[in-house]
Amino acid sequence: MTTVTSTARTSATAAPTVAELLSRLGFRPSGPSPAWLTQARHASLGWATARGFPTLKDEDWKYTRLGPLLDVPFERAGDGDGAGRRVSPAMIDALTIDAASTRLVFVNGLFAAELSLLTDLPEGVTVTNLASVLAEGGAGLEPFFSRPFGEYDHAFTAINTVLAEDGAFIQVAADALITAPIELVFLSDAHGPPVMANPRSLILAGPRSRVAVVETYAGTSGGVTCTNAVTQVVLDEGARVEHYKIQDEPDAAFHLALLDVRQGPGSRFSSGSVALGSKIARNEVRVRLEGEGAEAGIDGLYLPRGDQHHDNPILIEHAAPRCTSRQLYKGIVDERGHGVFNGRIIVWPDAPGTDASQTNKNLLLSDHAEVDTRPRLEILTDDVKCAHGAAVGALDEEALFYLRSRGVPYEAARALLTYAFARELLDLIESESLRTHVETLVAGRLSTDSDGTGAHSGD
Amino acid sequence: MMLKIENLHAQIGDNEILRGVNLEVAAGEVHAIMGPNGSGKSTLANVLAGHEAYGITGTVRFEDEDLLALSPEDRAAAGLFLAFQHPVEIPGVGNLYFLRMAFNSVRRRRGLEELDVMGFLALAQERMKLVEMDRSFMSRSVNEGFSGGEKKRNEILQMTILEPKLAILDETDSGLDIDALRIVAGGVNALRRPDRAMIVITHHQRLLDYIVPDRVHVMAGGRIVRSGDKDLALELEEHGYADLGLEVASDRSASVGATP
Ligand SMILES: Nc1ncnc2c1ncn2[C@@H]1O[C@H](COP(=O)(O)OP(=O)(O)OP(=O)(O)O)[C@@H](O)[C@H]1O
Ligand SMILES: [Mg+2]
Repeated sequence: MTTVTSTARTSATAAPTVAELLSRLGFRPSGPSPAWLTQARHASLGWATARGFPTLKDEDWKYTRLGPLLDVPFERAGDGDGAGRRVSPAMIDALTIDAASTRLVFVNGLFAAELSLLTDLPEGVTVTNLASVLAEGGAGLEPFFSRPFGEYDHAFTAINTVLAEDGAFIQVAADALITAPIELVFLSDAHGPPVMANPRSLILAGPRSRVAVVETYAGTSGGVTCTNAVTQVVLDEGARVEHYKIQDEPDAAFHLALLDVRQGPGSRFSSGSVALGSKIARNEVRVRLEGEGAEAGIDGLYLPRGDQHHDNPILIEHAAPRCTSRQLYKGIVDERGHGVFNGRIIVWPDAPGTDASQTNKNLLLSDHAEVDTRPRLEILTDDVKCAHGAAVGALDEEALFYLRSRGVPYEAARALLTYAFARELLDLIESESLRTHVETLVAGRLSTDSDGTGAHSGD
Repeated sequence: MMLKIENLHAQIGDNEILRGVNLEVAAGEVHAIMGPNGSGKSTLANVLAGHEAYGITGTVRFEDEDLLALSPEDRAAAGLFLAFQHPVEIPGVGNLYFLRMAFNSVRRRRGLEELDVMGFLALAQERMKLVEMDRSFMSRSVNEGFSGGEKKRNEILQMTILEPKLAILDETDSGLDIDALRIVAGGVNALRRPDRAMIVITHHQRLLDYIVPDRVHVMAGGRIVRSGDKDLALELEEHGYADLGLEVASDRSASVGATP
C-alpha cells in the first residue's frame, strides 16, 4: 500500500513541461530589447516547447538524470529582491586571481557594477555587460541568438536564449594583445525560494588578436540555485584565446553550461576547466573548427564526491582541412560521486589532414564512486590521424606502500598520489597566477581534514 | 636484540612463500642474505616493511616492539627502512617534495623538529653529495624515468636522509656499475654505527667486499637454511647453491632456481 501511495505522489508532482517552467520563470517577451531579439526568443520558446526536456534516452544526456532539477520550483531571480547584498567585495576577492585585473561580476545572471572592475582597460578591447550592448541595439549580435537549432541543441540552451538578460561581452580588436586574464565571476545567491539564472556571454576575438578569459562560478550557500549559462566564443583568423572555467558552486546548486566555440583559419583556442561544486553539473563544450589549420586544446578536471554528479559532454567538429584538436579529461571520483565523460569527435568530409586526440582517465577513490566514459569518433573522411582512449582505475597500491614505507601517513600518501594524478592537467595551465589559484583549489579539495590519523602515533 | 624473527610464515592465496624464518640481528651488525631466485628474500623484506598483501603468522620483535602490529609508516618512524629491489615510479610527485614530506613525517613521529624548505634543501644537498647524485634529480618525479642504477642511488639517498636504525637493502647492488657500487657502499658505510644494523640481500659476493658482513645467511624455499660468517659468501661464490645440501629438497620452490 505504501508503494502505491508514493507512486501516486510522484506522479502528482510530475516534472514540468518546458512551457510550465518558462511561465513560472516569467518569460517577458516584450521587454526592452531589439526586435530581432524578441523574435529569436519566440523562436527558441517554440522550439524548446516542441522539443521538451532531454531524457536519459538522449545520447548526450544518458547519464544525467534531470528529475532532481526539474522537481525544484525555480523562480526567476528578480532585480529588486536584494540579491547581491549577501555578496561582499571580500568574497569576490577570494574568488578572483588578481585583485587588480579587469573583472565583471554577475549575481544570478545580472551585472553587479559595484563589484566589477573596469578601469584601466587596455587598448583594443571592449569589456562590458551584454545588457548594455543590447540596450544600444546590439548591432551585429543577431546571429548569436538566431542560430538555427541543430542536432545537438537542447531545451536548456533554448531556455537561455528565451530568458538571458545579461552576461559578459568581450570584444578584442584585430591585432590587439590582451595578456592579463579578464575575470568573469558568476555568483548564484538564493535566500528565499530557489532561483534560476541564465547568463549569456560573448567573447569575440578579432583577427590575430589574443585574449585570456577566466570564468568562475560560485555562490552563497543556503538556498537552491540553478545556473544555466551559455558562453559563445568566436575566433577570427589567427586569433588566440585562452579560456579557463572554475565551477565551484555550493553543493545544493545545479549547474548547466554550454561553451560554444567557432574557430577561424589558423586560430588557437585552449580551454581548461575544473569542476568542484554543485549537486548536478553538466559542463558542455562544443568546438567547431571552421577554418583551415585551426587548433583546439580542451581539458577538464572533475572531482565529484558526496552525491555530486559531474557530466562533461564534449563535441569537437573538424569542419576544415588540417585542424588539430586535443582533449584531456581527468576525473577524481570519491564517496558516491559520479563522473561522466561523453566526448565526441566528428571529422566532416571536407576535413582532410585532421589530427584529433581524446583521452579520458579516471581515478576512483571509493567503492561507491562511479564513472561513465564514452570516447566517440565519427570519421567521415580519409587522411586523418585520430587517437582516443579511456581508463578507469584506483590508486596504485605499490606506490601507496612505497610512500608509507618512507613514513608518509596513509591519508597523506593517498592525498599525494591523488594530487599527482591531477598534476598533469594543472601543468597545462600557462598563466602562472591562474595555475597557482587552481592548484590551491584542487589541493584544498584533496587534502584530508585532520581526522585524528596522526593522533595515535605516539606509540 | 634489535630484530628477532621467529617462525615467520607468509603466504599469498594458497602460495606459502615464507615457511618459518628465524633470524636475529643485533645492533651494530651487518647481515647478508643470499639465496636462489624466488627463495623469498624480497618477500621477507616486504613483510618486515609492512606490505599488506600477505597472510602472516609468527612473531617479529623490533627493539622489543611487536613489529607486525605497526603500520608501514609507523615502522618507518620506529627506524626501519627498506631499499626496494624494484623501486616504483610515481609520476606527478616531485622527488624533493616527497623526500621532505617523508623526512618531516618521520621526524614528527620521532618527536624531533621538522625542517623548512631551505633547511631541508641544505640537508638533502649534503646527502646527495654522499651518493654523488645530481641536483637535477630533485626536480623530477619520484623515480620516473630514472635508470636502474639511478633508482638504486635514490633509495640510498632516502636512507641517508631518514637515518634508520635498521636498513634492509634488497639487491641494491644489482644493476650498478663499479663506480656506483663503490658510491652506494660508501653511503651505506657512512651510516654504520654501533646502534644501527643492516640486512643486505644480494646475489654477489662482490658487494660484501665493500660492506663486510658479520653474518651470512642462505635462504631457500622460504627458510634460512644455512648461516655462517663472511666466508660462507665466498664458498657460495665458488660452488653455487647446489652443493649446499639444502635440507628443503622436498620443497617445490627450492627446485625453482638453482643458479643465482
Ligand atoms: N604478490 C605475489 N603473488 C604471487 N606470488 C608471489 C608474489 N610475491 C612473490 N611471489 C612469489 O614468491 C616467491 C618468492 O619471491 P621473492 O620475490 O621473495 O623472491 P626473491 O628471493 O627475492 O627472488 P630474487 O632473487 O629473484 O629477487 C616467488 O616464487 C614469487 O613468484
Ligand atoms: Mg628479490
